[in-house]
Amino acid sequence: MSPCPTGPLDKVVCRAFLLVAALLFWGSLAHAEGLVADLTSHLIAITTGFTGASVVLFGATDAPGDVVVVVRGPEREMTVRRKSRIAGVWVNTREVTFVNVPSFYALAASRPLAEIVSPATAALYRLGMANLKLQTETAKPPEVVDAFASALVRTQQHAGLVASSVGKVDFLGERLFRTTIAFPSNVPTGTFLVEVFLVRDKDVVSGQTTPLVVSKVGVDASVFEYASRQPGFYGAIAVVTAVVAGWLASLPFRGA
Amino acid sequence: MDIYLPIAEVSLDIFVLLGLGAAVGFLSGVFGVGGGFLLTPLLIFIGVPPTVAVASSANQLVGASVSGVLAHWRRGNVDFKMGYVLLIGGLVGSLLGVWIFTLLKRLGQIELTISVCYVVLLGTLGALMAIESIRALLRLHRPGAGRRRLHQHNWMHGLPLKARFRRSRLYISALLPIGLGFVVGVFSAILGVGGGFIMVPAMIYMLGMPTAVVPGTSLLQIIFVAANVTVLQAYTNRTVDAVLALVLLVGGVVGARIGSRFGTRLRGEQLRFLLAVMVLAVAAKLAFDMTVRPADLYSIASERG
Repeated sequence: MSPCPTGPLDKVVCRAFLLVAALLFWGSLAHAEGLVADLTSHLIAITTGFTGASVVLFGATDAPGDVVVVVRGPEREMTVRRKSRIAGVWVNTREVTFVNVPSFYALAASRPLAEIVSPATAALYRLGMANLKLQTETAKPPEVVDAFASALVRTQQHAGLVASSVGKVDFLGERLFRTTIAFPSNVPTGTFLVEVFLVRDKDVVSGQTTPLVVSKVGVDASVFEYASRQPGFYGAIAVVTAVVAGWLASLPFRGA
Repeated sequence: MDIYLPIAEVSLDIFVLLGLGAAVGFLSGVFGVGGGFLLTPLLIFIGVPPTVAVASSANQLVGASVSGVLAHWRRGNVDFKMGYVLLIGGLVGSLLGVWIFTLLKRLGQIELTISVCYVVLLGTLGALMAIESIRALLRLHRPGAGRRRLHQHNWMHGLPLKARFRRSRLYISALLPIGLGFVVGVFSAILGVGGGFIMVPAMIYMLGMPTAVVPGTSLLQIIFVAANVTVLQAYTNRTVDAVLALVLLVGGVVGARIGSRFGTRLRGEQLRFLLAVMVLAVAAKLAFDMTVRPADLYSIASERG
């Protein structure tokens, strides 16, 4: 699906070109006011009772067209392992590390994606699961990379971190649109990017990017923060808490 | 009602966790073992990442053992000297264990190692306990059958560094409890268990300790080994979820009280037989899971970034 040829040097040159093209394009977009959109909330707070959250994205276009919304979590490095059978037991034997996996990916469109954008446009703006452009840490044969990448997407879909289906962007009349973005309870933390594209004649004519912060707040945030900043002390506190809890628990036994 | 676990990074029903803690606490109250060997696999089963399950079980174990030791100590059933000697081996063993854990985690073999260790340990112990308890139950029906000798003399009694353990009424080489503590320490770190299920039979059958002082002494050294594992896991792998441990502990306390009351109504041989059956069932389930083709051959080892 990639518009770039497969030769290593050509690929780099082509990527660089696409990047520059995209940047120039984005520059022009900033001025073209074809689209305005915003979220009902720019912060998802993970508290002790967190069971997932929904955010509504709403906006308006200056003229009729289709809207595509992409929500992308912070990129992470992820290792995928494959099991095979050794002496009757299933053992992890091969692994591939991807360096730029979006920790969350959701897509919504006003009509089926294939009907409103051309394959080249979809690839350029990384729309859809086939266009994630996962890169491996070390060079691996393409068939291996494809197998591991599709396993990664499948597992992420199963965990609810990659949307299994394209969401619906609803139009209210010709100009106003809205869509609901749902986040599961295991949503990763960090700064998410919500990209909204206005599409006409199979091409993106305007776009806007809005940040969305997912963050732990309150007690959970403090616990997590402390566990990563002061791991030794955190461990010690965890032990002391357990000792005190154990001691308190034994108190009612006294009279018995 | 769901509760978000900050290190495990999942939301789980608090009542499921409390119930799990209570069930494991009940078993530890009945049988006098920590129950970690059941807790860790069950946590993994309900969706806690395996590495977090192992480390948080160790954390929960600290609290559970403290309340256990205090209860036994009030009845004078703790051999402190034996506990300290076991501990020397235990601390060195848990250092090695956490190092092995970190290495295996990097190699992607930690889940398999945890399962294999469980199958081998639980399978062996379960079989031994089942045989022993069946013999004991049969002996009950043939009164006047030969009395067992207190303990046999063998090569173990030829080892140097002999020490007297007054409470246990033993005069044995200190190398024996140190070695036992070491082995249990290694397994504690890798499996997130206190090793009560290894320690208790070994203390009775290998060291020849009187049964009354075994649970208290075993729990005493487990406190320190589990505390050491908790700190080491928090420091090297950042997998200790204190919130999870605390919730499990609350459930565990209630379960342990009901369990210990229930335990006094059953005969020792029946108890050991039931425990053996349960241990064998867990081992069989884990062995089956290892050999059956997984639903998905691929798995993700997520890395923070």
